[in-house]
Amino acid sequence: MVKTIKLPSPKFRLHLNKLQLANRGFWAVVKKEVGDHLSGKRFLILSLIVLVTCLGALYVAASTIRSNVSQDELDFVFLRLYTTAGSSMPFSFLSFIAFMGPLIGLILGFDAINGERDRRTLSRVLSQPIYRDALINGKFVAGVIVIAMVIYGLGFLVAGLGLILTGVPPTLDELLRLLIYLTLSVIYISFWLALAILCSLLFRQTSTSALAGIAIWLFLGVFFGLLAGIIADGLYPVTDSSTAEQIIANDKAERLLSRVSPTFLYNEAVSTIMNPSIRTLGLVLIQQTYGAIKGTLSLGQSLLLIWPHVVGLIAATLICFALAYISFMKQEIRA
Amino acid sequence: MGLEKEYAIETINLCKKYGNLVAVDNLNLQVEKGTVYGLLGPNGAGKTTTILMLLGLTEPTSGQAIIAGYDSSRNPLQVKSLVGYMPDNVGFYEELTGEENLLYTAELNGLPRSLANKRIAQALERVGLKAAGGRKVSEYSRGMRQRLGIADVLVKDPQIIIMDEPTLGIDPKGIHELLALITSLAKEDGRTILISSHLLHQIQKICDQVGIFVQGKLIASGTLKQLESQLLPSDCLEIELKTSPSDENLLALCRAFPGIRELKWENDLLVLTCDRDLRQDFVPALTANGYCPIHLSLRGTSLDSIYLRYFRKEEA
Repeated sequence: MVKTIKLPSPKFRLHLNKLQLANRGFWAVVKKEVGDHLSGKRFLILSLIVLVTCLGALYVAASTIRSNVSQDELDFVFLRLYTTAGSSMPFSFLSFIAFMGPLIGLILGFDAINGERDRRTLSRVLSQPIYRDALINGKFVAGVIVIAMVIYGLGFLVAGLGLILTGVPPTLDELLRLLIYLTLSVIYISFWLALAILCSLLFRQTSTSALAGIAIWLFLGVFFGLLAGIIADGLYPVTDSSTAEQIIANDKAERLLSRVSPTFLYNEAVSTIMNPSIRTLGLVLIQQTYGAIKGTLSLGQSLLLIWPHVVGLIAATLICFALAYISFMKQEIRA
Repeated sequence: MGLEKEYAIETINLCKKYGNLVAVDNLNLQVEKGTVYGLLGPNGAGKTTTILMLLGLTEPTSGQAIIAGYDSSRNPLQVKSLVGYMPDNVGFYEELTGEENLLYTAELNGLPRSLANKRIAQALERVGLKAAGGRKVSEYSRGMRQRLGIADVLVKDPQIIIMDEPTLGIDPKGIHELLALITSLAKEDGRTILISSHLLHQIQKICDQVGIFVQGKLIASGTLKQLESQLLPSDCLEIELKTSPSDENLLALCRAFPGIRELKWENDLLVLTCDRDLRQDFVPALTANGYCPIHLSLRGTSLDSIYLRYFRKEEA
């Protein structure tokens, strides 16, 4: 027995259209989540750590540049602020963001959905007239907004302080490289945010999902490179008497495997874009450098070199988010 | 729609299966507009699953759930904008104040800011949280949270309100206030209310209609009186009796009395099974024989005893 049912009245359809146009539910979620993140204590603590370490890296970089300015060329001084590490501080701004960035993403997302379940707010929120995906989309977008605020904020803060410390203004090329670098960092950290949201759907306990996120971070950041090396050595063993072909094959295999990890992709891409003197990724033979003129790559050429990396990072982020999205849409709501 | 009666809430052969487990089994529920309906059943009977299907938050395996004429799984947004839902053990964002929590609900509903503020003030006043609205929810007591849950529903100004176990974990005074509030929502505002609970004695006072829901099946539905006749044979009433003194002769007296079919002891209460309500006739007989009735009550008038007796019947 199927009963005839009313279709939405024209008035309501109009209202629905308006609702869809404005997508109020989505923006309400974004607004609330951004507010929560920015006023939350754990986010404040993490931002302070990142801020202090980055300023430390900047200070060391600036003093190193000043003391080396006579010996070194003056090319791309502005970019060196981000990439130079000193003896007292073995990390540059670049390596700090590469190291801490994933942590920001994980902290913003690890309790996205299971936290709502814990607080028993999920069913209450979803019983409001919003689409179910408005919640997860809103949370992701809010996280990306906060990440962008932190990364661009830090990047430009360092730029401003660097100007004061070194007194060398950036060229347009350098400024564009900086913008590309910061954007890449936002995409990379968004990958970790999407991964954290996925963990928050797969695990019911917030502590479990946080630990799972950190485990993946450690695996991709530290162990994956080792693993790639071991596999490459197994495929193409290299000994003292190996030929150049074998060594190249080994190196290629290791790089190829390593590039599965977004961490490696990001590190390669970022160091290429921030260091115009990097002209190729991978091994360079002495024959190839013979007769080459020392110089730097233009922005376009650097970009071309890392284009696959950029695509890969965006794809990894979207795949992670898509998995989270699908799993959220299929999950039971009951608390 | 024609001649078909339009219910506020209606389900047609609604089923939900989780693998082999049948959570809701061919449920046909009808709730008229402006009434308070109590969905009563033990834990795990499928009440929450039913409610989630009514709201379109869970897909039914088969069948339809219709709210105010709209299909829940096809037009969930329309349904959710008409229905206010207060979940079992309602939760709020602890780090936000009560007002901020309500404001979030209002924003999710797309209310303009001025209307939202007006409704929030009214809702908080109505549930008696006006003074506490600016405090963080983490400082709220259980009863206050529950009342904030009702305020949260009121911000939407829904025609239909669904409450899942609203009285759970609240002290008796709080329950009394809560029930009075729910009654006023139905009687003064003309809203339709569906309450699910396993605590019968608490909500039977405020329900116009009651459905008893066990293992995914609605085994009886109607007013309290109708339930009595549906669940129990009408010619079989039970009367509880306690007298002073209480001895063997009393049993003999009872056995001899016309209309009493059976008697048994339940602790210190003597339970008489009789054809009709013979309390009026029986009391003079007792007093004439020197027994003073201390306790005399007809069973089956309270939902609790219907419920209990139903389960006893099931077990037997």
